[in-house]
Amino acid sequence: MKKFKYSEVTPENIYKKRRSFVKSLSFGLGSLSISSLSLINNAFANTEGNKPTSFEDITTYNNYYEFGTGKSDPYLKSQNFKTKPWTVKIEGEIEKPLELSIEEILSSFPSEERILKLRCVEGWSMVIPWMGFSLSKLIEKVELKPSAKFVEFETVYDPEQMIGQRRPILNWPYIEGLRIDEAMHPLTTVVTGLYQKELPKQNGAPLRIFIPWKYGFKSAKAIVKIKFVKKMPNTAWMNASPREYGFYSNVNPNVNHPRWSQSTERPINGDIFAPRIKTLMFNGYGDEVAHLYTGMDLKKYF
Amino acid sequence: MKTYFKPSVFLLSTIPFIIISYKIFLNKLGPEPIKEITHHTGEWTLLFLIFTLAMSPLKQITNMSIWISVRRMLGLFAFFYASLHMLTYVGLDYRFDMNEISKDILTKRFIFVGFAAWLLLVPLALTSSKKMMSVLKQYWKKLHRLIYLIAILGVIHFIWLVKKDVTEPLIYLLIILFLLAFRIKFKLKKPKIKLEI
Repeated sequence: MKKFKYSEVTPENIYKKRRSFVKSLSFGLGSLSISSLSLINNAFANTEGNKPTSFEDITTYNNYYEFGTGKSDPYLKSQNFKTKPWTVKIEGEIEKPLELSIEEILSSFPSEERILKLRCVEGWSMVIPWMGFSLSKLIEKVELKPSAKFVEFETVYDPEQMIGQRRPILNWPYIEGLRIDEAMHPLTTVVTGLYQKELPKQNGAPLRIFIPWKYGFKSAKAIVKIKFVKKMPNTAWMNASPREYGFYSNVNPNVNHPRWSQSTERPINGDIFAPRIKTLMFNGYGDEVAHLYTGMDLKKYF
Repeated sequence: MKTYFKPSVFLLSTIPFIIISYKIFLNKLGPEPIKEITHHTGEWTLLFLIFTLAMSPLKQITNMSIWISVRRMLGLFAFFYASLHMLTYVGLDYRFDMNEISKDILTKRFIFVGFAAWLLLVPLALTSSKKMMSVLKQYWKKLHRLIYLIAILGVIHFIWLVKKDVTEPLIYLLIILFLLAFRIKFKLKKPKIKLEI
């Protein structure tokens, strides 16, 4: 679990602009608050290339087709989206089907900070300080039947509020899924927030999933249903173009994509001179997750 | 009006370049600046190809030859923006890493056609002068008909790079096909007309 980095409370504004970083640093030190300590920690972390992407970039540069296909559409068009009241149905091949309100989920499963890397299939990446908990904790509560082989995540379907759903860009509602052992892996995170705050709407509020070793589109947003099933779900992007997107969609620099380079990526940071970096197998989480795929031909099951 | 037309078109044509330069120097390109520059220059390349192709139909519709006086310049601006587009990709994005670039050209069909379209533009730019026109005589016109192929390759490049929503490239495609159809129709109607160069 060494890829987890639990950092202390870090105010978002410090990350907002690089230029204000030094200024903020002196502020933090002056007040001698907890944040100043973490600030120093983070300043050291920068040199390792694991500096979290700015709050501004994480919350204004999104792929969330329910709100439009432009990168800034989710930020611009999700602000009136109602995330309360919100319930999540948990059903299918389980002993105890449940319907939980978002409040119940938040209170029964304490969130912790998990700084994880997001690699988009489009060849860019971010480092995001998520708040969340392992999906396995939730699964333990509902008691899987042996027949449960896969899990399916369903995003809310509400074209009234989600203007992107008014056009058949994808087969709405958005469906994503995992194999059960993938879902049970502790790195598979139910996300409830980021930067120590409530999850912004454009990032999938009130509840989304995040699977750091898979391309970003595997991580479904605004989830209303978690269903345990016998057969491999027909997921949104696989449905849209099976040649390009497989069910597994593990980050894999050896599997070519017709459009984007998968061997390198651009870290999102607004720096015109920042070089591309090498994309790592399983997005760098190979030590933790490679064992899930022992004996599988990952070029065939991409 | 005639005296000011060409210089005005020239100045207008530099605006996309000024906009992107301004954004680069004032750091206004957003989270993924290289992609912004690539998209901006790519989009303006397609637009200038369309402007170039539209001049002859405009002349026929309006019965004014003034349009033809700026056609060469618009074509050269298309080449200018295409070259910026290509250089952004080769230099800024891939830092002249020829290994990665050649891999991209061979494995990604949208890069292949995009690169081919740029290569085809080179001889057109080189032979755009009046002098070359008189040297090449009737071959000049044949050679410069490549512009239609280039525009279509450019749009295919766009269609193939889009992830899902192809509305925008299809609009470009429709405009180019319309312009092409206009030319063909006009030719059929008046087979003996000598098109002005």
